[in-house]
Amino acid sequence: MNSARLQRAAVTAASSILAVGVALVISAIILLVTGKDPIKAFSTLFGAAGDTRVLQGMANRATPLMISAAAVAIGFKMNLFNIGVEGQMRVALLTTAVVGAAVDLPPVLHVTFCLIVAMVAGAAWSGIAGYLKVKRGVNEVISTIMLNFIALSLVAWAFDDFFRVESATESLLVKTEELPRSAWMPDLVDRRLNGMLIIAILVLVVFWVLIWKTKFGFRLRASGGNSGAARATGVNPKKMILISMLISGAFAGLVGMRALLGDVHAYQNNLAEQQGFNGIAVALLGRNHPLGIFFSAMLFGFLGEASGRLQLEDIPKEITVIMTGTIVLAVVIINEAVKRWDDRRIQRKAAATLEAERVAKDAVTA
Amino acid sequence: MSVRPSADGLAVELSGITKRFPGVVANYDVSLQVRPGTIHAIVGENGAGKSTLMKTLYGMHQPDEGHIVVNGQPVVFRSPTDAIAVGIGMVHQHFKLADNLTILENIILGDEPVGGRGRIKFGEARQRITELAHTIGVEFDPDTLVGQLGVGQRQRVEILKVLYRGAQILILDEPTAVLVPQEVEELFATLKRLVAEGRTVIFISHKLDEVLTYCDEITVIRQGTTVGSTTPSQVDRRGLAEMMVGSDLPNPSGRTTAVGTREVLRVTGLDVAGKAAGAKLALEDVSLVVHEAEVVGIAGVEGNGQFELCEAILGLADTVRGSVEIDGVDRSGDETKVRLTSGLSYIPFDRHREGLLLDAPLWENTMLGREQDPSLTSGPFVVRRKAEADARAIIERFGVRTPSEQVPAFALSGGNQQKLVVGREMATDPKILLAAHPTRGVDVGAQAAIWEELRHARDNGLGVLLVSADLEELIGMSDRILVMFDGRVTAELNPREITPEKLGSYMTGEMQGAGR
Repeated sequence: MNSARLQRAAVTAASSILAVGVALVISAIILLVTGKDPIKAFSTLFGAAGDTRVLQGMANRATPLMISAAAVAIGFKMNLFNIGVEGQMRVALLTTAVVGAAVDLPPVLHVTFCLIVAMVAGAAWSGIAGYLKVKRGVNEVISTIMLNFIALSLVAWAFDDFFRVESATESLLVKTEELPRSAWMPDLVDRRLNGMLIIAILVLVVFWVLIWKTKFGFRLRASGGNSGAARATGVNPKKMILISMLISGAFAGLVGMRALLGDVHAYQNNLAEQQGFNGIAVALLGRNHPLGIFFSAMLFGFLGEASGRLQLEDIPKEITVIMTGTIVLAVVIINEAVKRWDDRRIQRKAAATLEAERVAKDAVTA
Repeated sequence: MSVRPSADGLAVELSGITKRFPGVVANYDVSLQVRPGTIHAIVGENGAGKSTLMKTLYGMHQPDEGHIVVNGQPVVFRSPTDAIAVGIGMVHQHFKLADNLTILENIILGDEPVGGRGRIKFGEARQRITELAHTIGVEFDPDTLVGQLGVGQRQRVEILKVLYRGAQILILDEPTAVLVPQEVEELFATLKRLVAEGRTVIFISHKLDEVLTYCDEITVIRQGTTVGSTTPSQVDRRGLAEMMVGSDLPNPSGRTTAVGTREVLRVTGLDVAGKAAGAKLALEDVSLVVHEAEVVGIAGVEGNGQFELCEAILGLADTVRGSVEIDGVDRSGDETKVRLTSGLSYIPFDRHREGLLLDAPLWENTMLGREQDPSLTSGPFVVRRKAEADARAIIERFGVRTPSEQVPAFALSGGNQQKLVVGREMATDPKILLAAHPTRGVDVGAQAAIWEELRHARDNGLGVLLVSADLEELIGMSDRILVMFDGRVTAELNPREITPEKLGSYMTGEMQGAGR
């Protein structure tokens, strides 16, 4: 780790923290306008950080966000905008619930099998968008949005017509057949923090190694940084698009697994809803970097978990939703401004170093 | 410095203009006097600072030092809007027109005559455009879609657009680069009418012949500063070329070893499809051979198939027919990556578009395209320590001026960026190098260094296919020169016997043959 890299990392982190600060200020103004006391609201909100149960809930909520942010970020790294994480997740949810319940395996193996099924299902769905882009030039933003709608309806129809099981005890709640216990992802803290967190962290580590440490990752980043240069140096852009869409989809398949394997143990409507979309915001705030994604997911998880306490103080908990939204907006704006400033700073510094060297050399020769 | 009219009565006067970019001084102490009612040429080599100067005059950026005086009034432009307000208009090299709008709509776009209740007064606009078209001597229906127009007509629309906004002083940035000779004549006929009307034209070019034939006055820019002004009657082509390149022109010529006999590149009967469906072939029946230790120059006006030739050799083009052999092996069916790892290297036409990851550190840039090189990797992983050491070696060997290999590529000057690209492409010890404009837009020092490096590699057996627009470079470096025109190789010339003038007439298609 040299100082130039450290500086860049510090600037990146600082700009994200600044964005969160700006969002806090805006939220405070909104609270003031609506006649609530922002100091009381924030002290209630952040006071919750002292409670272990809140922290456990935070990590639990952050689990799917980390995975879905990784799925989005891998696309971002090569200028692919996969908005279809939600749909890929949904396809994987039902597939895994059905296939997982149909087989009989020993405990650890059964969970592993379910995770693999989820990844394959997610990748298959995102692969459609990848194929369309490579073969037909269809913009992935359009195709993934459309595929989201298709996935939603397709899954709802398949569930309703083929896989739903009327439960005797919970007659109002229709689910698929429940997964056998061997397919359950165990809790780390009973009913509060599921073991899927370990998988999520593993996904972030794999993401980091893959993108920053391997030849494949270098090619992927090169394709994102300058597709023309990547092409001229022999990187096959179509292959890269297809592979990164598949990996993104495989990650997306895992997003819903905390809810499925760790909580409900069967597919039902609205299971893990929105978690695919929320990953986009987390990836933005985390600057597509695993460490950034980890902390952003934790922040979003915390806001979600602690918001309940606000209601006790008669402050609408929707203020945390507003905060989430303003954070994302602020991040986009501030990042761009900070990047421009930092680019100029680096350029000036490089020029100044060279100038100093030249002057020193002239002095020697003179 | 012979033309120096009194300061009053000048349309444009620039004095002491200096413009710095981080790491480079693009313009230094530039002076320019343009008399009204003239076509005034600004000539200089690629990268001499012509465009930077014109952007200053058009308000696209602000000079660090110096003054701008227009029609006797000192002015400060904070944006092109300010420049337009005092009657300056610019016709860009790359047209900024919307294909799906009509000529009329394109011209009024952004400056629409609006009547009551926000409605555009099309009738009024149509009348004004017809009048303007008449004054520059063109006839067309303002309701034609721009998408249906040819290049020359589009340029005329760009000029009308500028005139519509009331421009009295027109800046044209290399307007003839995209035109065929006949269209060039038409363009100048238009420009003559404009100056006859009392308008002033500032004409940027590096084509000496058209400058000498059509322009009234000439200002020469070299290495960012003005070296003098003259008129076509006072100077001939040779004299103007000397002013442009200076007497300290690095000499690219000279070889001590003999051309080898082994073929390192053989291209046979290559046809490449045109860009649009149904378009004519971009490359038609092109065959050529490059031997070991030989430099084969490709001369031609840009857009005559040079780019497609390089893409086809790399395996990136839509090749219809023909074969490519690299170092004796037929690679026609192989992927780009395979070709690049079997003795082929490529210095691309545009280092920003195809050569560099501008936001990435230098060590990643030197690794680009070499990421499977076993000396930089271990299994599927990149070994950062090795890649950095390798980058330092390239930086050292090619004299890239940078604080370290950790700096992002955008922080380097153009010349140093180019040296980095050349260094990377040479680092694989290629058998055959495709060098497209290897010294375009770099300073004289970097140019000399790159030439030296290429010559040294050639003496050690490297075959080079050199695509260049710099005729001195072509003649000086090449052992043979092939001329490309309209997608075909139209002549093979001996650089010992050819003059830039003669080469020029081959390039425009006026002359053909000689050995073919």
